[in-house]
Amino acid sequence: MTAPDWDQQMRSRLARGEESALGELYDQLSPLVHGLAGRILADETAAAQLTREVFGHLWAHPEEFDPAERSLRSWIGELTHQRAVQRLRRTALDAEEISDRVAAAQVQYVVAALPPTLRQTIETAWSDGRTYQETARQLGISEQVAKQRLRLGLQLLASELEFGS
Amino acid sequence: MTELEHEALRGLLGAWALRACPTDEAAELERHFDACPDCAEEGARLRHAAGRLAPDDPLDRPDGLRQQVLDFCLSRRAPELPLAPWVGPYAAETAKLDALLRDLGRSEWQETVELPWHGGVLRRNPAEVVCHLAAVDGLLAATLGLPDPVEPSATEILARVPAQARSSYEPWGHLVERSDRLADSRAGLSPDTVRTLWRQQSLAVIRTVQPDSAGLVRYGPGAELPVRDAFVDRAFECWIHGEDVARAVDYPYAGPAPQHLRQMVDLAARMLPTVLAGLRTAAYAGTAGRPRPAARLLKLVIEGPAAGEWLIPLDAERHPEPEPDAEPVAELVMDGIEFCQLAAAHRDPDRLPVGEYGDRAAIREVLTAVPLLSRP
Repeated sequence: MTAPDWDQQMRSRLARGEESALGELYDQLSPLVHGLAGRILADETAAAQLTREVFGHLWAHPEEFDPAERSLRSWIGELTHQRAVQRLRRTALDAEEISDRVAAAQVQYVVAALPPTLRQTIETAWSDGRTYQETARQLGISEQVAKQRLRLGLQLLASELEFGS
Repeated sequence: MTELEHEALRGLLGAWALRACPTDEAAELERHFDACPDCAEEGARLRHAAGRLAPDDPLDRPDGLRQQVLDFCLSRRAPELPLAPWVGPYAAETAKLDALLRDLGRSEWQETVELPWHGGVLRRNPAEVVCHLAAVDGLLAATLGLPDPVEPSATEILARVPAQARSSYEPWGHLVERSDRLADSRAGLSPDTVRTLWRQQSLAVIRTVQPDSAGLVRYGPGAELPVRDAFVDRAFECWIHGEDVARAVDYPYAGPAPQHLRQMVDLAARMLPTVLAGLRTAAYAGTAGRPRPAARLLKLVIEGPAAGEWLIPLDAERHPEPEPDAEPVAELVMDGIEFCQLAAAHRDPDRLPVGEYGDRAAIREVLTAVPLLSRP
């Protein structure tokens, strides 16, 4: 199943109130949500609370996510990012510390928002130290396409990071 | 250098920045940087961006978080299509194993996993363990009307497995054969693909089952479980083999959530009378004067998070329904995790810390019987 199809189906299943969809949603997106929350909040209890809140929000209001507009990963990444920053602002941290934390989390947020094929190719090459040839085999794409996606993905990542900081 | 050669080198910049180029190609590109400031500049920029990549989750997600999040969500909005409570353990255990498998590096997929059962120890690599789980899960899938992943047995494949090797797994040889057949057919695939196929099947099973799903899952001749028990059984095996894999690669692996553990203990406790009957039949085979004691009961007290009490009929083959007011002849007290580990033949019944009260012989009988619930 392609990522947009998965998003579309997930939204319908959540809207129908399928409990099995909730578990799948958590398994797919909790590394991103909990990871972003952890990086920004730097506190395990607060990260767990925020993770609950974000999934609770999507489960209660699946209609807020529009698959025609963006990917579910990028939508939930932004929601987590927003809420984490709101939480930080309520603490006694000074503005500089807050912006440092947010900058540290930015790369994840930007990666989450990359087009799915680019993100998947970068992650496949990066996470297990694969060469681009191995990455191509793993994903069932040509070596040429793998190289193009890695370059384009990193170009987007670099622009977003330079723009954001 | 021709424009074409230049384009070819430029195309490598992303892979180079991620250190995903073979050494010779990387060296060639780096030599090119000396002559081409454009490529050198883009290379530096992309490598800088790549350097900021970080794993998704810097914190380990706490063990109970999944259940906590799901419970919180369900309290905010009740599901219109709820999962049956007996699907919960399978959903949680397959998710936990999937998370472990996603973390395995290339060399860890080469490790040998030991899978003990009461008849011996099976040795398989992690991908083969996953195929074993998928092959037996396939019986459940088929009962629910989903495709069975295992090709029907072909005589030439069976002929490759020496009859002697098969019989050492009896009465479960056919399950080992199913598993090895599936592992053979997936041997050419990457470990990640093997994981994905298993995961897609388990998700399909969870999506398909209904709270009123009926039917019997046939593990073998005389070994059948209703769908709801089969789900708990599959969750149990997924936990135990997940832990077997985790041990082989030296990763921590949490036990099941208390409400899931409790269902596993309950299933094992309900299956015990049949095993006890089998034990006695074997012990008295060929002897004429078979003793006929009164129907006895043993009280199993489980401590720990899955705490509870179960009355085990010890003579169920002759007295299927024990007297309602019958007094247990003995009480056996143990931890829920330890009881399940014993049922998986992952503990020595003679060395297990248990509380024993009353008839010692009855307690020994039960402790000897529990590991016989295990399968390869």
